[in-house]
Amino acid sequence: MSRQMTGAKMVVQALKDQGVEVVFGYPGGAVLPIYDEIFQQNDIRHILVRHEQGAVHMAEGYARSTGKPGVVLVTSGPGATNAVTGLTDALMDSIPLVVLTGQVPTFMIGTDGFQEADTVGITRPCTKHNWLVKDTAKLAETIHQAFHVATHGRPGPVLIDIPKDVQFATGPYSAVREARVAHYQPKVKGDLARITELVELMEKAERPVFYTGGGVINSGPGASQLLRELADATGFPVTSTLMGLGAYPASGKGWIGMLGMHGLYEANLAMHGCDLMINLGARFDDRITGRIADFSPRSKKAHVDIDPSSINKVIHVDLPIVGDVGHVLEDLLKVWKSRGRKVNKDGLAKWWGQIEQWKLKKCLTYKGSDKVIKPQYALERLEALTRGRDRYITTEVGQHQMWAAQFLGFDAPNRWMTSGGLGTMGYGFPASIGVQIAHPDALVINVAGEASWLMNMQEMGTATQFRTPVKQFILNNERLGMVRQWQQLLHGERYSHSWSESLPDFVKLAEAFGWKGIQCKDPKQLDDAIMEMLDHDGPVLFDCLVEKHENCFPMIPSGRPHNEMLLGDASTEGAIQAGGAVLV
Amino acid sequence: MSALNIKKGSTSHSAYDLRDPHAEIAGRHTLTVLTDNDPGVLARVAGLFTGRGYNIESLTVAEVDHEGHLSRFTIVTTGTPTVIEQIKAQLGRIVPVHEVHDLTVEGASVERELALFKVAGTGEKRVEALRLADIFRANVVDSTLESFVFEITGTPEKIDAFADLMRPLGLADVARTGVAALPRGI
Repeated sequence: MSRQMTGAKMVVQALKDQGVEVVFGYPGGAVLPIYDEIFQQNDIRHILVRHEQGAVHMAEGYARSTGKPGVVLVTSGPGATNAVTGLTDALMDSIPLVVLTGQVPTFMIGTDGFQEADTVGITRPCTKHNWLVKDTAKLAETIHQAFHVATHGRPGPVLIDIPKDVQFATGPYSAVREARVAHYQPKVKGDLARITELVELMEKAERPVFYTGGGVINSGPGASQLLRELADATGFPVTSTLMGLGAYPASGKGWIGMLGMHGLYEANLAMHGCDLMINLGARFDDRITGRIADFSPRSKKAHVDIDPSSINKVIHVDLPIVGDVGHVLEDLLKVWKSRGRKVNKDGLAKWWGQIEQWKLKKCLTYKGSDKVIKPQYALERLEALTRGRDRYITTEVGQHQMWAAQFLGFDAPNRWMTSGGLGTMGYGFPASIGVQIAHPDALVINVAGEASWLMNMQEMGTATQFRTPVKQFILNNERLGMVRQWQQLLHGERYSHSWSESLPDFVKLAEAFGWKGIQCKDPKQLDDAIMEMLDHDGPVLFDCLVEKHENCFPMIPSGRPHNEMLLGDASTEGAIQAGGAVLV
Repeated sequence: MSALNIKKGSTSHSAYDLRDPHAEIAGRHTLTVLTDNDPGVLARVAGLFTGRGYNIESLTVAEVDHEGHLSRFTIVTTGTPTVIEQIKAQLGRIVPVHEVHDLTVEGASVERELALFKVAGTGEKRVEALRLADIFRANVVDSTLESFVFEITGTPEKIDAFADLMRPLGLADVARTGVAALPRGI
């Protein structure tokens, strides 16, 4: 005999049964019954945000730093529409979220009621799946199915729209084990014949490279462990996308750095020149491939991905393996070991010799200064002063994000949270709060630009209220740096609306919310200022005034292949051809 | 845009020149998709095609298993083999979708479409329309002194041919269901 309860109570019960500890949310008319239930219990902690977009990014930060789904509760209409950017962000980066929205009562749907929006219609293309629950008897089961869908296969955001009358009405509660989820069971084991074929290619390859992505992180810490074991045992070089940083340690002997548009010279040339590319949980994103026709022209390409639609979407591959990266890596290691742990030693030695040559370019070199803080220098110092601490980094989007990826080293998975696919300015600050909620004692730093940071600055109140000691490290160049860089390179230095006018006094702003504010503009004082930030037990807004016109290099201009990288200012003259200007 | 001299095959909605769509030959494919009969599943399928820029030539859907709560879509689309593979994979990703088959490449199949033709006319044209309807095994489902409504079932090509013949004989309106299809044999 199942228990009878109201829909609102079911929501809270189902979340508890799913092991949810934290919900990020904002109340409103259409979710009042659920908030009433939240008020009457102590198992689930509710974090009151200041804007629904902030709630979704916090849940993303929570999910990415823990591997557990993030949960969001918002009201109908504007509550739901404000969540759309976060949902799209999570869909692009494959982050598991369960978002609950209130809806006008079922009998008012379609009447343009107050705060009514077609939430399932609006969010259909930006969720992995969504549901409108019209019957209280189906509510609990739907919530359990939602958690199943969000976390199985390629993870992603799901949304459940719950009309207010469904929350008030009473129905039978279904337990987790009763929920019907049998039909959605994506394949996790890779085809063994294909895995064996890959091992054969690995045994002979002269110039192999592991190209790893966010899928390794999403597959869980076990997958990262297996990747380390396989890469170190074979001695193959490892590069990673922005999303996959930390899966293989930056201090590992096989590490050749991030690849892509602002990736390292040696990583991109290794991709261009390899004879065997092993893609583990990455998706040949356009920031990675450059010009498709010239992408890694002489390599055999293997692609391991849990999502069959990622295979052959952008790049045609020779050996597709559909499955979970962790499961496939396990089988790959087993087969490779059982066949005698063979690699092409001579080929590999030559290959590493070539890679070492490329490394001599020292592509991250920048012109130092003792007058102004170079953004790269600021990140080098942040890296040096935080190394060895269990450190979580989030970022906003733009130049600072790329510099953070280049200059900070990640030795563990789930320590790097950045908006990769959607490129959402305003992501990093709320995400850092979500990370800190999940890891109250950890050091959480958001590397930001001043323009991105202002996009969700309202969450300062959330950080104060919930005592999250997040460190906001703002590289303030008073510019939309990446936009400015592109305008310089391909729009004749016409800097249309790419400067930050009327900026606040960040120190006073910090103090207004009860934070600590620090401003630093002198390279000689930077170390002390960073230590002051790290030592403060509470949220800190660090306004780091940096060189205003620094460009982010290396850079593969739009429409160019990997081997045509720009390495510094001198190389930018006429760099982007007319055809490239139309590309993003 | 023309000043930028963007080469054919560049796609405006993506960051780089993607594959040249003219390099492969586009063909007509009939897909059959079995889904849960959930609200919104049609919107999901239709939204996938518009959102990712695929073609739909025809789409039919109805519940086929009341007990099992299942619907079958028959979708006729055109695309290169690569695009068709992508469409299949993207359809397979939709959570309520159980099965996706490309009937055009997976062995023999039968395809049928139903159409209603309203033909208005008198005298010799009216008699000729009725004679041709008989040859095409079309049924008369409505009749007045000045018009017929014919019901015809067959392949889309047969229906096209019938339409061509009816046009000079006073064709007033056409309604077509789109293709329903199943593989032959077990």
